[in-house]
Amino acid sequence: MPADFFPKTVELLRFLPETILIAVGALLMVIEPLAGQRWSKLYGHISIAGLAAALLAAVSAYGTPGPAFSGMLMADGFAAFFRVLVISVGILVVLASYRFLDRERAETGEYHALILFSVVGQCVMVAANELIMIFIGLEISSIASYVLAGFLRDDKRANEASLKYFLLGSFATAFFLYGIAWIYGLTGSTNLAAIRVALASRDLAPSPVLVGFSAALMFVGLGFKVSGAPFQIWAPDVYQGAPTPISAFMSAGPKAAAFAVFLRIFMGAFDPIGAGWEPLVWLSALLSMTIGNFAALTQSNIKRLLAYSSIAHAGYVLVALAARSETGTAAAMFYLAAYALMNIGAFAVVTHLSGKGERFLSVDDFSGLAARQPFTAALLTIFLLSLIGVPLTGGFFGKFYIFKAALQSNLVWLTVLGLLTSAVAAYYYLRILVVMYMHEPSEAVALAEPLGAGMKAALVLPALGTFFLGVAPSAVLNFAMKSAVLNR
Amino acid sequence: MTLLNLVLALPLAGFLLVLLMPREKPQIIRGVALAAALLTFVLSIGLAVGLRSDVPGAQFVTDVIWIPSPEIHYHVGIDGLSLWLVLLSAFLTPICVLISWRSIDKRVKEFFAFLLLLEFGLIGVFVALDLFLFYAFWEISLVPMYFLIGIWGHERRIYAAVKFFLYTMAGSVLMLAAIIYLYNRAGTFDYTAILGMFTSGRLSFSSSEQLLLFLAFFIAFAIKVPLFPLHTWLPDAHVEAPTAGSVMLASVMLKMGTYGLVRYCLPMFPEAARTCAPWIVVLAIIGIIYGALVAMVQPNMKKLVAYSSVSHLGFVVLGIFSFTQLGLDGAVYQMLNHGISTGALFVLVGLLYERRHSLEIADFGGVATAAPWLATIFLITTLASVGLPMLNNFVGEYLVLQGAAQVNFRWAVYAAIGVILSACYMLWLYQRLFYGDTPGEVASHMHDLNGREWALAVPLIAMMLWMGVYTPSFLPPVTRANAAILEQSRMNVRFHVALPPSAPYLTASEAPHAR
Repeated sequence: MPADFFPKTVELLRFLPETILIAVGALLMVIEPLAGQRWSKLYGHISIAGLAAALLAAVSAYGTPGPAFSGMLMADGFAAFFRVLVISVGILVVLASYRFLDRERAETGEYHALILFSVVGQCVMVAANELIMIFIGLEISSIASYVLAGFLRDDKRANEASLKYFLLGSFATAFFLYGIAWIYGLTGSTNLAAIRVALASRDLAPSPVLVGFSAALMFVGLGFKVSGAPFQIWAPDVYQGAPTPISAFMSAGPKAAAFAVFLRIFMGAFDPIGAGWEPLVWLSALLSMTIGNFAALTQSNIKRLLAYSSIAHAGYVLVALAARSETGTAAAMFYLAAYALMNIGAFAVVTHLSGKGERFLSVDDFSGLAARQPFTAALLTIFLLSLIGVPLTGGFFGKFYIFKAALQSNLVWLTVLGLLTSAVAAYYYLRILVVMYMHEPSEAVALAEPLGAGMKAALVLPALGTFFLGVAPSAVLNFAMKSAVLNR
Repeated sequence: MTLLNLVLALPLAGFLLVLLMPREKPQIIRGVALAAALLTFVLSIGLAVGLRSDVPGAQFVTDVIWIPSPEIHYHVGIDGLSLWLVLLSAFLTPICVLISWRSIDKRVKEFFAFLLLLEFGLIGVFVALDLFLFYAFWEISLVPMYFLIGIWGHERRIYAAVKFFLYTMAGSVLMLAAIIYLYNRAGTFDYTAILGMFTSGRLSFSSSEQLLLFLAFFIAFAIKVPLFPLHTWLPDAHVEAPTAGSVMLASVMLKMGTYGLVRYCLPMFPEAARTCAPWIVVLAIIGIIYGALVAMVQPNMKKLVAYSSVSHLGFVVLGIFSFTQLGLDGAVYQMLNHGISTGALFVLVGLLYERRHSLEIADFGGVATAAPWLATIFLITTLASVGLPMLNNFVGEYLVLQGAAQVNFRWAVYAAIGVILSACYMLWLYQRLFYGDTPGEVASHMHDLNGREWALAVPLIAMMLWMGVYTPSFLPPVTRANAAILEQSRMNVRFHVALPPSAPYLTASEAPHAR
């Protein structure tokens, strides 16, 4: 038996977060048919325990950074940052789901297992250093998300959302895979570092037209996953139809992971052809910000509104990508963390208020929330102010760093237009504040139950995080800066 | 811990304290808010006493790193320019607490919390010496005012609150872009450091760059001032806001804009400021006359006072962009005057509203018979507002007109029309409110001032007299600060600033050297 028949222990440690999540997910799948309904209350606890263990493993994997499995994975600072982010998203979503699943009588191990598998996929995506690994991670994450979107089987809206997400999603993944095939044909490798070397060297560089075409194919696939314009059409319908905790999940976790892949491929492998893809990203960023912010103005359904807002926020992150600098990458990382927190918080409040069967989803259903549940209203206020980008919140610093990076790269027009659309955005977030504080209580608010323990945690933790990022952003930003070097 | 930090921290501490109090005890909440506001004011007097006249630049400085990368400092300090604006904020907040004592009876806790948060933001804007910190305070002050208008305002409050927020936000994002641009070029947000770089020539912008940066800052400030034609949010916000909101908005918040013009636009972008000055002055003069004319025909007394603010603030902008020592001194003095006298007008209008529950001028008449003391106080405030000598506004308007006349006599002539018009609309308002027959509703509702109302009226009247009679208590530090700003604003500009015939508070070394 050769010496390297088994992977080295340190490599297994670098893959530990995924291993834990898979084990716990599989365990849940096994327990459920054996125990049935008796243990249904426990599934959430188990999955939180699994996620927490994976979180620790992700942190400790950063203790010995380096490649794993012949360079297929790269457990570097970048991976650690995003692993911690997507796993935390998973924890917050599970916390926000407790009462929801109870209310909808859908407390099954399956739900939690699917969330865990989706998180596994995202962890693989953010750590992968190789196109095939990225693709596998993307598929694991996506397929679990497709199922989760349609998890409430009897709900027509969820069925529609799931089908739409699945069809369009597979289409986009196909584009991405086709791009991989092209790039493999052109450079003879799927390893990101090797691709970069091939593209940068003068003798080996393949025809720029063909490389550009394959980059464009990947851009389509990833643009879909991050819901950047013009590939954003699916987002409002899917976010609206999916169960609310899952909308929160999709808008934070898979999106962050897809952006991580975006950054790794475009800032890493495709760095040599940066001047070529920058205009594409520039245009997509501007379109996303404009379409997202303006379309959100007229929405009356809160989930659709947040969906359009998430398109706009994808636009801001694309601005950071268009900056094509390490500062830009770090800004994007910081923003994704801040965005995940504030958006999950906002969606969690929607979950809390929506009532059985998700009846109350209109903006007007938030009327008078401040009079009945001042604490919930205050937390939502923090999230909304952060989404607007008011100082002392994470959202503000995120925007600040992004536009700072953009100006450093002389993207003056993109910055000015982006900031102006973000002023437009203030209007629709303010609408929620208006009804919450300045209108009489609605039926939804009158029926709303007090905050349960899980929901409280799912609201207070992101609120604290949002404040922390808004008052003391240095720690997170410094880490992001340190791990933003992707083109080595 | 300098005194300034304490003055800044106290409203914030009050805000947190009020938030933690049980909402069932409104009386205690009111008491705590009043105590916090009064204590802040008392401490802020220490700033005026402690400000030394022989030290140039900012004093009571604290400069510590808040965020290491990009380097953002908690850098605060005051000079003659910001001193009185801090005092004005601290002076008016207790008055706002008192005026809201009875009239705010729902969500008392939130109201006073927001009021204290507003004071924190406003003082912060005036003392920040780091561009980023300034921007943070600028935005923070927006949020409580939005809620004050939107929750406790009158019928169209929501429209007014959202309009207010969006206008300000639209302006300030441009300013944010300019601040980031400055940082990328200068490598620091520190205001004094950036000024130093301009002076030493280590940092310079091409004319077109400077013009764009100037405009980005200018538009943000001009919206806040508000300068014609960006003023349309103001009448709505004023009319719909509760009394305390109107007072803080008119007296202090508008000054954020004019303060920004003096503090940032003039010294940092002198060339662009001078290039644009003639255009800006034209807008200011249009604002003066237009505001006065529109005020004259208002049937709603709050709207009348709001439009009079547009007119008065036009004087301030005119003084600033005259680039003369007298004009600038007058502008800063006029900021304070407007704060006191328009604040007082809004307080008195609020008292009338509490009694009669109407803001329509036509619903009043003969109030002087029913409430003679209220009428007397109102009369003094009216006279102050129209610029009667011995009262505060006269000083400011006179200095502005003199400064403007030094540059272009016609500016002064046009602006003086505004003074005449202000007498027309204010005296006519007074006549319609207080003289004539007393309708039955007025007679039955209108009682004279009670103890609490005296307590808030007397300080305001006293300040009008003091500031009108004895300017040396206030003007010397302002003159010194303005001289430094004028000196800075002549960097790299071929422009002759005539030494005014009378700048009595300047020592020889501080006087701008004629070039």
